Amino acid sequence: MNFKSLVKLVLIICIIAVLSFIALNGLEIGIYKVVPMKDGIVLGLDLQGGLYSIYEAKVEPNDPDKSSKIESAIQVMRNRLDQANQYEATVAPQGDNRIRVEIPGIKDPQQLMEILGKPAVLEFVDPEGNVVITGQDIKSAKPGFGEKQMPVVNFELLPEGAKKFADATAKNIGKAITITLDKEIISSPIVESVISGGKGVITGMKSIEEARQLANLIQSGALPVELEQIEIRTIGATLGANALQKGIQAGIIGSIFVLLFMLVYYRLPGLVADLALIVYILITGIVLVTTKVALTLPGLAGVILSIGMAVDANVIIFERIKEELKAGKTLRASVDSGFHKAFGAILDSNITTIIAALVLWYLGTGPIQGFAKTLFIGVLASMFTAIFFTRYIIRLVMDLNLQNRKLYGA
Amino acid sequence: MKIKFVETSKIWITISVVVILLGIGFAVFRGLNIGIDFSGGSLLYANIGKDYNVEDIREIVAKNGISADVIKAGDAQQDVIIRMQDTEGLLDIQKQIISDLQEKYNLTADQFNIDTVGATIGGELVKNALMSLAIAFILMLAYIWFRFELLTGAAAIVALFHDILVMFAAVAILRVPINSSFVAALLTIVGYSINNTIVVFDRVRENRKRFGKKISNSELVNKSINESIARSINTSLTTLFTITMVYILGVESVKEFALPLIVGLIAGTYSSLFIAGPLWAWWSDLSVREKASAAK
Repeated sequence: MNFKSLVKLVLIICIIAVLSFIALNGLEIGIYKVVPMKDGIVLGLDLQGGLYSIYEAKVEPNDPDKSSKIESAIQVMRNRLDQANQYEATVAPQGDNRIRVEIPGIKDPQQLMEILGKPAVLEFVDPEGNVVITGQDIKSAKPGFGEKQMPVVNFELLPEGAKKFADATAKNIGKAITITLDKEIISSPIVESVISGGKGVITGMKSIEEARQLANLIQSGALPVELEQIEIRTIGATLGANALQKGIQAGIIGSIFVLLFMLVYYRLPGLVADLALIVYILITGIVLVTTKVALTLPGLAGVILSIGMAVDANVIIFERIKEELKAGKTLRASVDSGFHKAFGAILDSNITTIIAALVLWYLGTGPIQGFAKTLFIGVLASMFTAIFFTRYIIRLVMDLNLQNRKLYGA
Repeated sequence: MKIKFVETSKIWITISVVVILLGIGFAVFRGLNIGIDFSGGSLLYANIGKDYNVEDIREIVAKNGISADVIKAGDAQQDVIIRMQDTEGLLDIQKQIISDLQEKYNLTADQFNIDTVGATIGGELVKNALMSLAIAFILMLAYIWFRFELLTGAAAIVALFHDILVMFAAVAILRVPINSSFVAALLTIVGYSINNTIVVFDRVRENRKRFGKKISNSELVNKSINESIARSINTSLTTLFTITMVYILGVESVKEFALPLIVGLIAGTYSSLFIAGPLWAWWSDLSVREKASAAK
């Protein structure tokens, strides 16, 4: 019995046990904190609930201002989302006439969709019903406090709008200028004096919060292009959480099946493969946490699928070892040639799965891309654990001189 | 136990052909279930959270003037799936249906999943899916070509088509929706199945080196498959364990993904054992005979 190998083996098992414990429960040492793996993995929209939507801008394909129009539409949408406190939302161009919006973890996707989709035509209307200025005349609008600490909205106009507004206020002193958004009255301030400098104040808000909302609405103004929603996927948070929980359950039960099967069928090497499988799950988890690849529902299925596939390399190796043992080789020679001969088959077979994963990664959309990423991570991690980790451990185990060939399944 | 794969291959191939023909029959006479990813339209999934009468929901849908498929779903049959075609004003109709459901069953917004895909983007997703399949195929063919001789590659490709056709047959018969996740399942199986076939041919190559021309092609294939069958079955089993758990425990959309994967796994293992090897043996014998007759 080789004492050094025994120590190494025990040490490795301890490290794996500690890492698994940390992965499950997290760790806190002084100011350093490691969150449990399940909290560290970024969840895709379909698991935490949220909204995924593609908008298509109705612009002429050869409109020279196309990209700037889309750029400002994105800006407007982002403003509106900020206003609704959706700071984690992504608003990004897709292709040359589309906008992709992703908002994770929201309770009521329908409500946000309305906020986003609003065409939002902002108008200042005089008492006769004439439109004085529109949202496009406004340079900026900010909430603040006016006299007696009353909440107000301070706004500034572009030069042309300033002129129009000066004329209108001159004509309507003492009367109300109505501010409408999509023909809905949002405020009816009374004109107290001629506003000629292009700067004005809207009073009459009940709270600073109301002032902020109004300022934001004015600021974000109208969308510069008409947008059509061509793809919408909303996932309710409860349903997403349910899908996640069931997926994790499936993963745990599936893994237990695989672990037991390997142990019963391959005995001692099976135990090593089980250890390798735990390392594999740890690696996959760590890669997901550190790379911040979002785990989608198909992605989770991919991880679980790859847990089943991960032992493949070990199965190939162990079957080889059994054969070599049957052919009458010594234990050590069998293990060595088992690994050696199995290597080609393992490499070949994984490359094709990697090809499939890469194609899906580049051409897939949304959740499917998540599947491709986890499949890719899974295949690489399983090759590593099967080829290097298992081999190293098996050698250590052999140093313990457990010569009973039955242990190896012969 | 030794199975004579080559000699009995007619039986195995017949089984596959029957399954595939059955699938084609279903596809032709009953049509395929094209998912909204590709056809456009809307899929509304709601967790009602208690037993309900599906007719009540059909009524709500009808009241809103749209024709839709309404089916019960979920483990406890307390969920509902409403599938609507792409129509003018779909978003508003959908909103109305949601609020009607919320009112009737006292539901909150987070109990709904809604997928709406416009017809234009559906077309693009189809194009995208076909392109992914084509590119993956070309890359894998290139790989097989690089790695194997011509006949082995050809046999591997037939096995591949077999797996895809069987998966299509399964979704046609079981009416699983064909959508982006089905395409992902197809590609995964294509990768996985080649993998299985490669392991078998790897053994054929090794045994050929070892035994040379002392044994016939049929013997060679039979021997090689029998030697690698434990591995093929065991890895398929472990993968089946996990993906079947996903199917049993998973939510509706993941079931639709897992089912084709399960069928594909079985088909892939089957084809690498019963189709690819025997085909190669036949073709090799043929080409030997041709060469022999050419030499006369």
